Amino acid sequence: MLLARIVGTVVATRKDPRLVSNKLLLARPIDPKGEAEGNYLVAIDTVDAGVGETVLIVSGSSARMASGMKDTPVDAAIVGIIDAVDVSE
Amino acid sequence: MILARVVGTVVSTQKRQQFEGSKLLLVQPETPQGEARGATLLAIDSVGAGVSERVLVVQEGRAAGEALGKKLAPVDAAIVGIVDHLDWVE
Amino acid sequence: MQMARVIGDVVATRKDPSFDSIKLLLVQPIGADGRDAGRPLVAVDSVGAGVGEKVFVVRGKEAGLPWHPIEVPADAGIVGIIDHVHVPR
Repeated sequence: MLLARIVGTVVATRKDPRLVSNKLLLARPIDPKGEAEGNYLVAIDTVDAGVGETVLIVSGSSARMASGMKDTPVDAAIVGIIDAVDVSE
Repeated sequence: MILARVVGTVVSTQKRQQFEGSKLLLVQPETPQGEARGATLLAIDSVGAGVSERVLVVQEGRAAGEALGKKLAPVDAAIVGIVDHLDWVE
Repeated sequence: MQMARVIGDVVATRKDPSFDSIKLLLVQPIGADGRDAGRPLVAVDSVGAGVGEKVFVVRGKEAGLPWHPIEVPADAGIVGIIDHVHVPR
């Protein structure tokens, strides 16, 4: 799973009907020190995250195992809001 | 999912039967700023997207199959939303 | 599966309910030579691994299988602690 920072919200009126009640957020992966790295991605929010928060994103087929995402066309879901990362290096 | 721009349409007559009746579009991944990033890819369209529209693309087999509405379809990318607008910081 | 080193703990209070009581660890993938290979990622732990230990990590939906039949939305999971690696040269 990835650590990422929420950098924006995405509004899409016309979308797959199974995504209608879900919030879409724009996220940027970060390294453990909080530095942005890699490409932006759009993820479905299942934990009520907001802009500026650090989150945990699950990707691939596992994303459909997030709460309420069964049989939906998603490949990235926000499944946790990170309080702290302790790196011992 | 990634942000992408629809840059073309693709027509195919001879194809796996699961693709019958679905539209195939050529999309260019892009940054929130609208800059192209990486190689273009083909995605099936399940929301009625058109050329020049900004879209959301899932890039995983089963998810794309769900969008197509057909199980065991040999697809790995699908357009699942059309972006109206994007609010972002950075 | 890949070899990795546990480099930190991840704390998340608000998260998918199926993660309750599951430990989240930050792991750094390593190569056969023990050197870092690629970016760190977050993995669920089913074997009681700790910081500093060398482990092996499964990627994909299978990462949630240790908690079956609970569906855990994880795409990376620590499924073993490595005691020793022998690479003949």
